[in-house]
Amino acid sequence: MSTLWRVADVVSSMPETETARTIGLRVNGLNGNLAGQHIDIRLTADDGYTAVRSYSVARAGMDETLEITVDELANGEVSPYLVRDLVVGDQLEIRGPVGGWFVWKPTDTNSIQLIAGGSGIVPLMSMIRAHHASENPAQFRLLYSLKSPEAGFYREELGTLGQESSKLTVDYIFTRKTPPGWPTAAQRLTAETLLANILPPDPTPDIFICGQTVFVETVAEWLVQAGYPTASIKTERFGGTGGTR
Amino acid sequence: MGIISSKFHGRRQSGNPALPPGQYQTESFPVLTAGPAPRIPTADWEFFITTEAGQRHAWSWDAFMALPQTDIHTDIHCVTSWSRLGTSWRGVSLDTLFENVETSCEFTTAHSYGGYTTNVPLPDLLGGRAWVAWEFDGAPLERAHGGPARLIVPHLYFWKSAKWINGIELTRGDDPGFWESNGYHIHGDPWREERYS
Repeated sequence: MSTLWRVADVVSSMPETETARTIGLRVNGLNGNLAGQHIDIRLTADDGYTAVRSYSVARAGMDETLEITVDELANGEVSPYLVRDLVVGDQLEIRGPVGGWFVWKPTDTNSIQLIAGGSGIVPLMSMIRAHHASENPAQFRLLYSLKSPEAGFYREELGTLGQESSKLTVDYIFTRKTPPGWPTAAQRLTAETLLANILPPDPTPDIFICGQTVFVETVAEWLVQAGYPTASIKTERFGGTGGTR
Repeated sequence: MGIISSKFHGRRQSGNPALPPGQYQTESFPVLTAGPAPRIPTADWEFFITTEAGQRHAWSWDAFMALPQTDIHTDIHCVTSWSRLGTSWRGVSLDTLFENVETSCEFTTAHSYGGYTTNVPLPDLLGGRAWVAWEFDGAPLERAHGGPARLIVPHLYFWKSAKWINGIELTRGDDPGFWESNGYHIHGDPWREERYS
């Protein structure tokens, strides 16, 4: 049952960026998870106070391990602890993985367009890894919108996969700062740039969008206006919880 | 007792009796939707209730706005663990909408523009516990939050409060809706922590 709290051992911990960390967890009895799912993490302070947060799985293992990547939120309650204090050998509690909607299965045959804003890359990376490890020949294309090159997660791996894999294309949009020698200036994502860097609407790809609320809303809106069917677009929102209205 | 993380101190809100187990309080209003937000002009909007006998009760926007309106002050609890306390809405009670509806069904499926569905037992919709709301914080409900109107069933997790509500279908059985078919609990009571299936 996915509703039970289980103990997870921290088996690896690697900085991903200046503010993010990839944490490997081993859970007895965990038997695989679907790419795109999330887990709930429960922390208990020494006086019994608990806090629960959800994190997307970054690597959907077929065994008793999984990885998450946590981006530290400035006013976060749980993320600063996970990024700054948690070390290999520690334990915490997890529930899940859960989710049956924002997921990719190796049996899915459609071509896939992934659109990530910032830390929204996490569940999409899980799909890229699962796709790469499978025999599934469907085309995957990732559009990764980033403030700066330094903010990117999984830079080396995405670089290698994008170069070597015939079934994955990776495109970047830099909104504030570009890598040296980048052909275009840093710019806010526009509908034109978006549409120029994704799979065309015919044949319709399955589209997964993940990022901050405003990013997700804006991108989904542009896609619908450009003729991508609403039913082909799946969204998930991340990070800061947005406005008060 | 769980695993103690000695360096974890947290924010200690969980002493608040208004917070269900495992929830934390936020002042913001996160948006969580499975796909793009539909765009429904009020001129094209309607709200229906269909019964097992094939009866269809329907209200246009104007007819709906002519019904008695209620101010609702309530706490809302999202299954993703955030709760927002003391939110203000305005809308029409489901008691008003069901006044002339004859049924022996005990279950319903709420249908939204855009295809979203969620199942809610009829008793959870009646008795002053559910509304079709079109105003939030004194302003028309924004499209991202389900405007022009959404269902509000605040005593259940907020995925039951279907955005872009189009109507209620009375059903003989408790048939799972969208999230209920995708790993989430069939009922969704936050006080019992009915999160996942």
